[in-house]
Amino acid sequence: MPEPIFRISHLFKKFGDNQVVNDLSLEIRPGECLGVIGPNGAGKTTTIRMCLGLVGPDSGEVEAFGLPIPQEVREAKKRIGVVTQFDSLDPDFSCAENLRVYGRYFGLPKATIDARIPKLLEFSALQAKADAKPGELSGGMRRRLSLGRALINDPDLLLLDEPTTGLDPQARHLMWERLQNLLQQGKAILLTTHFMDEAERLCDRLLVLDHGRKIAEGTPRGLIGEHLESDVVEVFGDGALATAQQHAALAERVETSGETVFFYLSRPQPLLQALAQHHDIRTLHRPANLEDLFLKLTGRQIRDE
Amino acid sequence: MLISFYAAPRITARFWPVVLRNLLVWRKLAVPSVLGNIAEPLITLVAFGYGLGSMIGQVQGLPYIEYLASGSIAVSGALAATFEALYSAYSRMQVQRTWDSIMNAPIALDDIVFAEMLWAAMKSVFTVAAIMAVIFVLGISRAPTMLLALPLLCFVGVTFASIALVFNALAQGYDFFTYYFTLVMTPMTFLSGVYFPIEQMPGWLQAIAHVLPLTAAVDLVRPLILGQWPQQVWGPMLVLAAYALGGYYLALVLTRRRFFK
Repeated sequence: MPEPIFRISHLFKKFGDNQVVNDLSLEIRPGECLGVIGPNGAGKTTTIRMCLGLVGPDSGEVEAFGLPIPQEVREAKKRIGVVTQFDSLDPDFSCAENLRVYGRYFGLPKATIDARIPKLLEFSALQAKADAKPGELSGGMRRRLSLGRALINDPDLLLLDEPTTGLDPQARHLMWERLQNLLQQGKAILLTTHFMDEAERLCDRLLVLDHGRKIAEGTPRGLIGEHLESDVVEVFGDGALATAQQHAALAERVETSGETVFFYLSRPQPLLQALAQHHDIRTLHRPANLEDLFLKLTGRQIRDE
Repeated sequence: MLISFYAAPRITARFWPVVLRNLLVWRKLAVPSVLGNIAEPLITLVAFGYGLGSMIGQVQGLPYIEYLASGSIAVSGALAATFEALYSAYSRMQVQRTWDSIMNAPIALDDIVFAEMLWAAMKSVFTVAAIMAVIFVLGISRAPTMLLALPLLCFVGVTFASIALVFNALAQGYDFFTYYFTLVMTPMTFLSGVYFPIEQMPGWLQAIAHVLPLTAAVDLVRPLILGQWPQQVWGPMLVLAAYALGGYYLALVLTRRRFFK
């Protein structure tokens, strides 16, 4: 197994009275995608900012490619690419110019930048839009351009903060395809996301954060197997809440959220047969997924940041 | 741990791509930009210089148009640098998040602030060069010493950009800058000996005028534009340098706090 290229050890950060990051440790290896999921205020963005040396930790270490952060962050950033949650493309420049200007920030020679631009435009499926400005692009195109821009220095590690938020399904799938391509090339990715299908598709390993603390870590399938029952039956409709009391014994765990009831169980057939007797409900039967894991570990309360 | 906000500036050669970026954006809009910057000064020059000037006798031994033009070019430079270091810098910093994206690359905030200051000074040089060309063409002055005024006006640009960046660091919106123009720049323009000699003002206002950077700028620039040597060189230069260095350092400290607190 190759050595980790990125490592966080026992990171702590407090803002005022709020312990935003509480003893966080993680490692990323080349070719690996590590996902960090957590509710609002869990400390994901602060962690990323500490990885980039934009905020200093109270204690703990951040190390990228063997270089300590923030002391040698400038050197480390030469091998890191960042895609932020909100695009920060230059609105006055075309796609090609955006790439060129950004390449200069890394001190790359002109010839290198010129050679990479057409390849990155192709990677981002924006060859036809080389002269278009970001304002003329759709949301998905802008996000792909941001990803292309993050690759101008051919980084070994990518930090992506919610990369497909706000994109339609086609755009999301295209982004995922590209990210999987990058992983195959041997690049490493640290990804934060709220989309559990994204986490399940892309991530080799997942970290679940809540209140700055790591509350679960493992592969997506492994975490589901470890923490959850295999199946879920969701019940909606006027009679839904009544079924919760009536059939609670047929499931390992029952939760109610508003007017919906969630049955978590390993043998769904008896419950499904029982529910078929009711005519004032609709049911949805599906395998347990990361969203269920997330809600189980972090609860259903809305978090105000 | 992160380095203290109060540490000395740490600038590397990496500031240059940031200046270059701003220059490239400007180039796309160069003509309207320069025209915008010189339109008002020229109109003022014509209205007050020729209009008012034909009713006024000589001011300090000079025709009013010459007195006015040689002073107002310093104001135009100061205003151009100020505008760029306020509205444009704020747009890049806060609205477009350009500074954030640059800091994801191996460029530090210290480099960016330095680049923005330098760029605002460059914008001011483009403006005053255009005004100088007009002064030449209109025959207001054709003195060769005008060329010496250019590097000096660059220094003036640096000074005013540095001061303005302090307010950029503190701003929470564009409206904040209105206060700066109304309460600082406009009064300064009238108190610095541009439109009339300082000696016309009551003693206490003269005392204030003598510590204003714009007065120092006018005292240095006016003679050079008109083919003379400034009476006092080191005094005004020191005033400008003090504002430039003090302003730049304060802007840097405040900008660091804004980003890294």
